[in-house]
Amino acid sequence: MGALELKAVGKSFGKTEVIRGVDLTVEDGEFCVFVGPSGCGKSTLLRIIAGLEDASAGDILLDGQRINDVAPAKRELAMVFQSYALYPHLTVRDNMGLALKQAGVAKAEIAAATDKAADMLALGPLMDRRPAELSGGQRQRVAIGRAIVRRPKLFLFDEPLSNLDAALRVATRIEIARLHRELAATMIYVTHDQVEAMTLADKIVVLRAGRVEQVGAPMQLYNDPDNVFVAGFIGSPQMNFLKAAALGEQGETLGIRPEHLEVSRKAGRFAAQISHVEKLGGETLVYARSETHGLLTTRLFGEHDFAVDETVHLTPLAERGFRFDAEGQRMR
Amino acid sequence: MSSARTSLGRTVAAHAVLIAYTVIALFPVFVILINSLKTRKAIFGDPLALPLGKSFDLVGYQTVMKQGDFVLYFQNSMTVTVASLFFVLLFGAMAAFALSEYRFRGNTLMGLYLALGIMIPIRLGTVAILEMMVASGLVNTLTALILVYTAQGLPLSVFILSEFMKSVSNDLKNAGRIDGLSEYAIFFRLVLPLVRPAMATVAVFTMIPIWNDLWFPLILASAEQTKTVTLGAQVFIGQFQNDWNALLAALSLAIVPVLVLYLIFSRQLIRGITVGAVK
Ligand SMILES: Nc1ncnc2c1ncn2[C@@H]1O[C@H](COP(=O)(O)OP(=O)(O)O)[C@@H](O)[C@H]1O
Ligand SMILES: [Mg+2]
Repeated sequence: MGALELKAVGKSFGKTEVIRGVDLTVEDGEFCVFVGPSGCGKSTLLRIIAGLEDASAGDILLDGQRINDVAPAKRELAMVFQSYALYPHLTVRDNMGLALKQAGVAKAEIAAATDKAADMLALGPLMDRRPAELSGGQRQRVAIGRAIVRRPKLFLFDEPLSNLDAALRVATRIEIARLHRELAATMIYVTHDQVEAMTLADKIVVLRAGRVEQVGAPMQLYNDPDNVFVAGFIGSPQMNFLKAAALGEQGETLGIRPEHLEVSRKAGRFAAQISHVEKLGGETLVYARSETHGLLTTRLFGEHDFAVDETVHLTPLAERGFRFDAEGQRMR
Repeated sequence: MSSARTSLGRTVAAHAVLIAYTVIALFPVFVILINSLKTRKAIFGDPLALPLGKSFDLVGYQTVMKQGDFVLYFQNSMTVTVASLFFVLLFGAMAAFALSEYRFRGNTLMGLYLALGIMIPIRLGTVAILEMMVASGLVNTLTALILVYTAQGLPLSVFILSEFMKSVSNDLKNAGRIDGLSEYAIFFRLVLPLVRPAMATVAVFTMIPIWNDLWFPLILASAEQTKTVTLGAQVFIGQFQNDWNALLAALSLAIVPVLVLYLIFSRQLIRGITVGAVK
């Protein structure tokens, strides 16, 4: 119940190709995250799955059935939007019950379903308010509740947390993870934030310019990226890209995670000048500029005292590095 | 208001400007109203004097009530204005929704074509319109007027409403689609309430020229039973002598219904602005 398959899906707006031949399988019950920079086509792909946008090419299959020509309401999916998109003239209760009402479900059944969803999200006291009387976080919970009430095969989330403040974002993220466990439903979640992707996903799909760059579990993408783009996108702070030739390594680029770049005052492979230091208590981020490699980030555990403009020596742990060729593809 | 942002001097100045503007704007209306309550001699003797003592006279209103069938004229004007407004808003909003919501070939051209009427006065087509009305037997019916005024009001309505509809959240419409609302339900239940301030604006701008129009009633519907107020009031303008009392009384009365309509729409306008929309 809820396995999605995309076969060579493409989408053009006029002459601009926005989605280019996407092949993808999402298993039943899986939490799949689409991640990529803004404008790479994540929302468009999600809208194609929802049926709000026609695919220009390819097939969309839900549980083995081709649904290209099925109306959005008949696809048995629910969508949560970044802007909440609550109906301004309806109460929270009616917002949540509208889909069932449109489907002709009996009143008592609708009431039971909305109450159950309200319990899950602690929306009880808000049920008779209108969206204008709710805070941002409450609105987003109502939007999620509206999706739950329908008991869909597939949940679609389009950047649901980006309008919330940082604390609320973490809380809602945990809530969504809990819902996924409790409902055991298939979820597709769009974000441009790789932290959200890493923490929520069973499977991450990295998109760039309408193409799938790599698909895999979070740690798989982190530990085994296919190309420079994925390596740079997954992981925070970003991976450092060093000139391989200058280090006597093969390939074009050597990718080193900040924790695998050692800093020393005495000796190292190359010198660099510290441009900025961020102390976070548990860890210290040191930004240093090298003549050949540009701005590099290193991450040290614990507290360290470095002064800006101090010259230090950096040593990449080459055996933990990733080698990429001139096209940016990984050399294994 | 906090005293940090206001000072007595500035408040007085602002009010002086606003009051001056109000006086200037309302002065013609005021002159019509006071003179409609005066004797003919007093109107010419001192047009700006108030209708007090000897100069007070209701003869104008009496003439209006006796002469012709002014209640019927009012009914005609009201029917024509309200019906035209209804169609202008309904069809204008529907066309605007189609233009703003659906991508189809020639969308932009169609929008331009529909908005072209703003720049071309419909009176240029009077002869053709008259021929059409004669051919379809609609001369001397209110239907003829309603059709013409609907056509006259649509361009502005489509233009303004399509701009506003573009600003209605796509997510909201898409949420409706996923919840199983039909396109009609999305239009009537989600989009229309959100563009209500724009509808009220269009209504006000459409209503006043229709109510005041003399041209088309004169040409298309000058029969006694289809006369509108503005046309009816013309009986008091003679070739050699005007009945100023009756004319001013008729004009004063004609202000009332539009004023009522305006109050209704402006309340919508304010309510639409203050009710929080999507966010
Ligand atoms: N209705 C549309 N018409 C034309 N171009 C569009 C439309 N919707 C999206 N696009 C384009 O498609 C690209 C991908 O958009 P989107 O899927 O919203 O990106 P993302 O959600 O990844 O930020 C963007 O370059 C955008 O300009
Ligand atoms: Mg997006």
